[in-house]
Amino acid sequence: MKAAVKPGLWKKWTNQLDLQSMVWPGIIFVAIFSYIPMYGVVMAFQQYDIFNGILESPWAGLMHFRMFFEAPEFWNVMRNTIVISLLKLIITFPAPILLALMLNEVGNMGFKRFVQTVSYLPYFLSWVIVSGFVFSLLSVDNGTVNFLLERLNLIQEPVNFLAVPEYFWSILVSVNVWKEIGFGSIVYLAAIAGVDPAMYEAASIDGASRFKQIFSITLPSISPVIIIFMILAIGNLLSAGFEDILLLATNPILRPYSDVIDTYVYRVGILNARFSYATAVGLFKAVISVILLVTANKIARKADVSLW
Amino acid sequence: MRLSLGDKMMQRSIYLLLALMSVIMLYPFWNALVISFNQGSDTALGGITLWPRAYTLENYYIVFQDHRLLNSFMITILRTLSGTALSVFFTALLAYGMSKKTLLFRKQYMVFFMITMFFSGGLIPSYMLIRSLGMLDTFWVLVIPGIISVYNMIVIRTFFAALPDGLEESAKMDGCSNYGIFFRIVIPVSGPVLATIALFTAVGYWNDWFTGAIYITKDDLLPIQTLLRQIMNSNIMTEIGSSNAIALDHMNRNRTITTKSLTMATMMIATIPIILTYPFLQKYFVKGVLIGSLKE
Repeated sequence: MKAAVKPGLWKKWTNQLDLQSMVWPGIIFVAIFSYIPMYGVVMAFQQYDIFNGILESPWAGLMHFRMFFEAPEFWNVMRNTIVISLLKLIITFPAPILLALMLNEVGNMGFKRFVQTVSYLPYFLSWVIVSGFVFSLLSVDNGTVNFLLERLNLIQEPVNFLAVPEYFWSILVSVNVWKEIGFGSIVYLAAIAGVDPAMYEAASIDGASRFKQIFSITLPSISPVIIIFMILAIGNLLSAGFEDILLLATNPILRPYSDVIDTYVYRVGILNARFSYATAVGLFKAVISVILLVTANKIARKADVSLW
Repeated sequence: MRLSLGDKMMQRSIYLLLALMSVIMLYPFWNALVISFNQGSDTALGGITLWPRAYTLENYYIVFQDHRLLNSFMITILRTLSGTALSVFFTALLAYGMSKKTLLFRKQYMVFFMITMFFSGGLIPSYMLIRSLGMLDTFWVLVIPGIISVYNMIVIRTFFAALPDGLEESAKMDGCSNYGIFFRIVIPVSGPVLATIALFTAVGYWNDWFTGAIYITKDDLLPIQTLLRQIMNSNIMTEIGSSNAIALDHMNRNRTITTKSLTMATMMIATIPIILTYPFLQKYFVKGVLIGSLKE
């Protein structure tokens, strides 16, 4: 902070000591819990040794990054990360918009409030609970899903859904939609409420159907909000999910379809204690994410919306 | 407004779809609740979908007798209360300071905070930090790392900045310090926004299992969600054929109990406190979410 050297500034600063003292606990906290770990990423370039610590551990250059790119899991992990992210972007992302559009067509206030309340509910459940629901409903011995499918004669034998790798992506995405759809719709509902009603009146006088009005009035009006959330979603493209996957993919059979960068970092880093390697993989992800975020924001700026 | 035939059909299908969706939203919860009230050995026969067939309270009875579960329930309550109080207080204090245009280095501070929203050191360096702070296997690791939330700070700051200036002017004339204004004027008028933030923070603390999973190895410090996950995992293991201490112990003592029925009862106990708070706060949090999504 070289500005503080100026005598005037220092005096000004001490003059507002009470205001500054409100901010500094927060600054110190963030410095410790966010910035020290950022400094900790130098471990990625070291042969980190618990006993030597970051200051004494020998340097390893880009070795860990190379190891990751050459690891047999690399392509699999990358494929899962990208496919799961894209599936979430195509399905989980628009689902709340669709729900908001539908809720907006509901005239019966009681029904509307009921649907909203019910749809927010899963957002308040932990992923542990949600995974418990999923295990129970999909269970081979008498889960409701198998029960129904058998009753309807759609299957002869109960299916162990969570042990078939090919089913994992659909299950994961469905559960995510279930958990997030209601809560995600709040912001879009508010945006829709802000659309000028005169536009709808004019359109219906011109004979536009409700369906047409949705496409030519509602959607264009809320597109800035959609774009903002889209940018954030793109910035998170390499965070395909962590808690949800870790908790739902407990069966190692699923790994060829369930392992993503974050779960891989957790497994090799915490469980196998390969600290430097896992940090390198995590850093790789973080850097690409920032690049994606900045790029998405730049593109969105051309459409006059941006995060910063 | 008169609706055309096509509009009417669209509206009917929307009502139908939304009704169907509501059922899908509620059913998993309902089913788990029903199983938790059904005799375990009967549940194992299958077909429990909408109502308990052999109603019983013994699943809950046994769960409430397990001192490990009760203990982690207490840990979770303590953690949620202290974490929420500390977090809301320090985040609001920070937000108040940051809302003042006169604050020196305000822009620089903001950049400093914003960066952490987009970039972080990741799992391993954070683990190393907690370890070298000596916080592994302590109660405080369950509370302290979550105290300052930059996102919440921005939400509260946006709210503070929108408060009318006159509110504070008169207090300042009377010689009130910034702390005086913060405690006596700003906090009392910020009830709804602080309640919203408190709700989300509390839900966050209550539902967090991961902190417990990586930083806690002592049984008597495990939060309920982490313990629940361990029980569920060993439950899956018993299906595969290995053994699980708590559940097997109960099962040997009482043949009508199964791991599934116990898990469901535990799940309900770990969920219902949160579920009970939210309908009352719904109107606040909808507003709160919107304040957060507004741009400055």
